[in-house]
Amino acid sequence: MKADAAPATPDISSTERLIGTLFEQARLDRDGALITGVGEFDGAEVAILATTGRTYIGADVALAMARHVLDVMRDAPGRPILIVVDNSGHRLGRWDELMGNNGCLAHLTKCLYFARRRGHRVIGLVNELAVSAGFMALGMATDACYALPSAEVRVMALNAMSRVTKVPLDRLTELCATSPVLGPGVENFTRVGAIRAVWSGDLRAHLRAALAEPPAARDDRRDLGHERGGRALAREVAAQVRAGA
Amino acid sequence: MIPARHSFLEATARARVRGLLDAGSFREFCGPAQRRTSPHLPALGMPVAFDDGIVVGEGTIEGRPVLIAAQEGAFMGGAVGEVHGAKLTGLLERALDTRPDAVVLLLDSGGVRLHEANAGLIAMGEIQRAVFDARAAGIEVIAVIGGRNGCYGGTSIVARSCDRIIASEEGRLSVSGPEVIEAVEGIEEFDAQDRALVWRTMGAKHRRLTGEIDEIVADDIDAFRSAVAAVLGAPRPFDLDALEAEHARLAGRVARFKGAKDAREIWAALGVNDPDRVSDIEADEFNRLVAVLEGDRP
Repeated sequence: MKADAAPATPDISSTERLIGTLFEQARLDRDGALITGVGEFDGAEVAILATTGRTYIGADVALAMARHVLDVMRDAPGRPILIVVDNSGHRLGRWDELMGNNGCLAHLTKCLYFARRRGHRVIGLVNELAVSAGFMALGMATDACYALPSAEVRVMALNAMSRVTKVPLDRLTELCATSPVLGPGVENFTRVGAIRAVWSGDLRAHLRAALAEPPAARDDRRDLGHERGGRALAREVAAQVRAGA
Repeated sequence: MIPARHSFLEATARARVRGLLDAGSFREFCGPAQRRTSPHLPALGMPVAFDDGIVVGEGTIEGRPVLIAAQEGAFMGGAVGEVHGAKLTGLLERALDTRPDAVVLLLDSGGVRLHEANAGLIAMGEIQRAVFDARAAGIEVIAVIGGRNGCYGGTSIVARSCDRIIASEEGRLSVSGPEVIEAVEGIEEFDAQDRALVWRTMGAKHRRLTGEIDEIVADDIDAFRSAVAAVLGAPRPFDLDALEAEHARLAGRVARFKGAKDAREIWAALGVNDPDRVSDIEADEFNRLVAVLEGDRP
C-alpha cells in the first residue's frame, strides 16, 4: 500500500521544473506555495520570486513576497528579479479582508516599483495561471511580463462573468471570439499590452533577451495595446487628458 | 446652529468635484461634450456615458492648484474600463508636467468593469504605476472614499498606493466584495447579507483603527473639503525607509492577529473598551476615541 501511495520521484511543481529549465543552477527555499531563491544564468545571479500550485495570494503571502523583494534590494543591489507568476488571484476570505489584503498587495507592488527604480530588472513570467489582483500585484508590477503558451490570464472565468454581468454565456463566448478586451487568455492579454510576448521554444534565449532589454523609459503598455489592436482608445485618451484638453 | 450638511454619499461625481473645489475654479478635461464613450459596451447591449463614468480636471482648493478625478458611482458602479482608466492615468501623468499641490482621487468603485475586463485590469496597473510615478516626483496623491460603491477590487489597491486616504464612516475599502467571498467560499466564511459584518470587516472605522485609512470625516462635502485642504502639499515620504517601516507595520499586524475571526477582537486588542459600540458612534466621537488610543500608544 505504502509503495503504491508514494511517488517514485519527489513531487516537483511545474514552477520548480520551469526554474530548472531556465537556470543552470538554482538555490531555492520553499515555504508552502512560495518559492524564493537565486538562480545562476550565464554566470550572473538572478533573484527568483515564485509561487506554484495556482495558489491564492493572501495577506501573509503578499507580505512574504514583499519581504523578499526588500531583502534583494538591501543585499544584492541591481540584481535582476524574475517573478514566476502562478496564482488564482488574491485569497477570498474574512481574515484576509480583516488584515487589509488590498494594502498588502499595494505594498508588494510598491516594493517591486522601488526595485525597478533602483536599477533591478524585474521580469514576470506567467507559468500556469494569473488572475485579476494576482496579475496586477505581480505580473503588471514588472518592467515586462511574459507568459508561457499554456498559461492562462484572466479577470474572471466566463461563467462567473456571465452571472455577474447578466450577459448570457453563449453571447459572451461569441463576443470573446472577436473582442480581446473581454475574455480570458494569454493572447488577449498580449493584445491589450499587458503581456509583452509569449515564450515558446528556447526559454533560456527568451530570458537572455528579456534581461538584456533596457527597461522602457515610460509605461508603454498602452502603445503595445494600440499597435496590437487590443485597446484602440487608451493611449489617445490618456495623452489628451495629460495635455489638459 | 448646526450647518446643513451636503451629503457626499448622495452627491453625483460632478457635485462632489464642485463641492471640493473653489467656486468656479474647475476646468474639465475630456468632458462629456467630447463624447469619449466606451467602445466596448454597445456590443453587450449596455448603455454608455459621455464621460465613461469619471470626471477629471483641474482647479483650486483654498487657492492651491490641484488635479482632481471623481468616479461616478451611478454609472456601472464606478467600474474601471478602458476610457475611464485612461482618463485617470492621463490625469496622474499630467501632475508630472504641472506639479500641482496634490492629485485628489474621489474613488467610488467596485473595481474592474467586467464588460471590458482585460482593458480594465491593465488600466489598473497603469493607474497604479502613474500614482507611484507622481509620488516619486514628490507630488502628493490623496484618495477620498465616501460613495455608495465603496472602494473595491483593483481600485482598493490603487487607494492604498496613494499618500493617504480620507473617508467618511460610510466608506468601505476591501479587495474582495462580500458577495464574491460568499459565492466562492460559502456563507459560513462570509455572509454578504450581514451588513454589520460587512461594515466591521471592510468599513472605514476598522480601516482607521488598523491604520489603513488616515482620517475619518462626517458624510459632508464640506468636511471632506476641509480634510483635503488641511493636508495639501504634505506628501508622505516615498523611499526605502518608508517602505521598510510600512512593511514592519503590516507584518506586525498580520503576525499579531493571525487567528483573528472578527474585527471586534482586533479593536479590543487595540484598546477599544466597548467594541460593540464602535459601529454606532458618529465621526466626532469616533475620532476622539482614535485620538485617545493613539495617545495611549507608546
